[in-house]
Amino acid sequence: MRFIRSHILICSGSNCQLRGSLSIMHALEAELIKKGLYQEIRIVETGCLGLCEKGPGMVVYPEGVMYTRVTLADIPEIVEEHLLKGRFVRRLMTQPADGEDKLTPLNMSPFFIKQKRVVLKNCGLINPESIEEYIAAGGYQSLAMALDQYSPDQVIQIVKDSNLRGRGGAGFPTGRKWDFTRRAEGTEKYLICNADEGEPGTFKDRLIIEGDPHLVLEGMSLAAYAIGADKGIIYVRGEYDLSIKRLEQAIRQARESGLLGRNILGSEFSFDIDVCLGAGAYVCGEETALIESIEGKRGEPRLKPPYPAQAGLWGKPTSVNNVETLANIPSIIEHGAEWFRSIGTATSSGTKVFTLTGNVVNAGLIEVPMGITLREVIMEIGGGIPGGRQFKMAQTGGTSGGCLAEEHLDVPMDYESLSQYGSSLGSGALLIMDDSHCIVDLTKCFLRFFVHESCGQCTPCREGTAQLYNIVDKISKGRAAGSDIDLIEKLSRTMQISPLCALGQTAPIPVLSAFQYFGPEVRAHLRGTCPAGICNMKGALANADS
Amino acid sequence: MGKREAIAAFVDQPGGLIKALHRLQDQSGHNFLSPQDIELAAEVFDLPTASVWGTATFYSLFSMTPRGRHVIRVCESAPCHVVGSLNILSELEKHLGVQVGETTKDGCFTLEVASCLGVCGVAPAMMIDENIHGNLTPQSLAKILAGYA
Ligand SMILES: Cc1cc2nc3c(=O)[nH]c(=O)nc-3n(C[C@H](O)[C@H](O)[C@H](O)COP(=O)(O)O)c2cc1C
Ligand code: FES
Repeated sequence: MRFIRSHILICSGSNCQLRGSLSIMHALEAELIKKGLYQEIRIVETGCLGLCEKGPGMVVYPEGVMYTRVTLADIPEIVEEHLLKGRFVRRLMTQPADGEDKLTPLNMSPFFIKQKRVVLKNCGLINPESIEEYIAAGGYQSLAMALDQYSPDQVIQIVKDSNLRGRGGAGFPTGRKWDFTRRAEGTEKYLICNADEGEPGTFKDRLIIEGDPHLVLEGMSLAAYAIGADKGIIYVRGEYDLSIKRLEQAIRQARESGLLGRNILGSEFSFDIDVCLGAGAYVCGEETALIESIEGKRGEPRLKPPYPAQAGLWGKPTSVNNVETLANIPSIIEHGAEWFRSIGTATSSGTKVFTLTGNVVNAGLIEVPMGITLREVIMEIGGGIPGGRQFKMAQTGGTSGGCLAEEHLDVPMDYESLSQYGSSLGSGALLIMDDSHCIVDLTKCFLRFFVHESCGQCTPCREGTAQLYNIVDKISKGRAAGSDIDLIEKLSRTMQISPLCALGQTAPIPVLSAFQYFGPEVRAHLRGTCPAGICNMKGALANADS
Repeated sequence: MGKREAIAAFVDQPGGLIKALHRLQDQSGHNFLSPQDIELAAEVFDLPTASVWGTATFYSLFSMTPRGRHVIRVCESAPCHVVGSLNILSELEKHLGVQVGETTKDGCFTLEVASCLGVCGVAPAMMIDENIHGNLTPQSLAKILAGYA
């Protein structure tokens, strides 16, 4: 057996691949061979480490030193200094190190210390293309345990007791959804994993799949066992090439190992999974639109009820669950409901995966306990605002979430607290904006998204989003009056109650919250000035009633 | 492989029609679905032509008019907007001499805008065909485009 004295974990998630992680890996391999170290040092291709903004990243174990923004030119130095002579290459390091040997362990460094990794437990640690590594890390044990020891009803009870709520946006209790589906009449049932991920600013599901595809498959198998489905479908965005590849490969491996297919692990339970592709439509992330799309139709949401739990795919009882929701299941089964409830707050249990984007130093992927404050996420884990600028606002939950201002930085990030301020946890997107941006210009950008993505089926959404856009456009040109702001308010209230699906119902949220918390800045536009100097005010009308 | 055989395998799969349309578009040479493609899919899937039209026209990844050999999709969603996607778009328009929705005279590129591509970790971002390009700056574009010409 070959004695390995060091492991180098290189992120091969798509963000790091874009920054050249694969060529770094090949160069490293060549350098190790050249220096005669190839036998004692192993390179492992892993999933996302989280610091996407600073990719490509790698971690050298056993020391646990993380290097970021590694270039090809750095490779000889890393090999010569660190791997040969045991001296860290400080200029590439992310964690503080005082003196020669006082290294802050990676999990204690500012980026990681407040994180808690449940869903991302294997991300960045195992090779996502190897089922053996997943199994070695304890994978598929929860499935084996459930099939051996628990009835489907017991699995549902554990998930209910854990208080897990859906991570795809709506936050519906997962155990209850499964219960409805299990109890629905019919023997043919479906489990759908929603990996459509269209909410702007969200890329967690992609990185979960790329970093640990078997975890998602195991979560799906447990869900299918619970609800009594023998057929599963993963609906993935058509653009997610690497996710599709990793999923198809993982499914093949699981079939070969008897973890998918007939009589899994010698039990009565049979289950198999197909991959379906989206074709570029945000609304297809809505569960009934997604079902229409799998049936080969236009992705137009259905009128509810009946809910998918009663009549879903091909009219059969169906549970639609988000990737992150499902990725929580194996840990819940393994450690129990009590353990899960001990993470997070009393009403929002567990962790949440967030994607940080916009004007923040550490843009990327993080997983934190529910209830952490915005300030901790942005200023500590996120490293604050770059370029010496000031924090202006944060939008939680993606483009359909609310905008929050400086005074909300201490709001805990959980379902209840955020909804108090007119925002939501949503998909976990967190967009951070500095003081160079104009609130009206941003609102226009949010609305353009809804205008494009409205499926056009129902009038309040199709016309409402377009009219909201037109009015905000007028404001941005200094051609609006105070009455236009009232009109936005009125139209928004109508839209919150009348459209067929949550796309139209949530479209006014960013507008209402932005106008509420940044009122003076919006009203300045009525007088023909854009305080941030972004909007083009040529041709502005001077308004008396502002 | 002929088009008919290429899509026949999808008939019994969930989401098969969309996979078939992806395939037909990829094989068209001009990144689009022709009326003949729609007819063919309708026949193979045993569906009314109108419903296949309905499906095909719904999704932004399908085009009903011929496009360039390469399709550029620039993300215009908020996270990319905040870090300068508008500059990227206007630089592309200038460089290619086309507006959004148009194809260059040599038939090489079609310029489109898209909603979030799910790669906001490297914003501002665009896709050219199935390749992602991130951390774009107005200066980095010429070199990227040269790789496709
Ligand atoms: C317009 C719209 C888009 C949505 N997009 C997604 C998505 O991309 N991924 C997702 O998991 N849920 C999305 N949802 C929520 C789904 O309808 C559904 O609630 C979710 O998949 C259920 O899974 P969960 O209970 O595990 O969260 C979307 C909802 C709407 C209204
Ligand atoms: S916002 Fe541009 S890729 Fe997500």
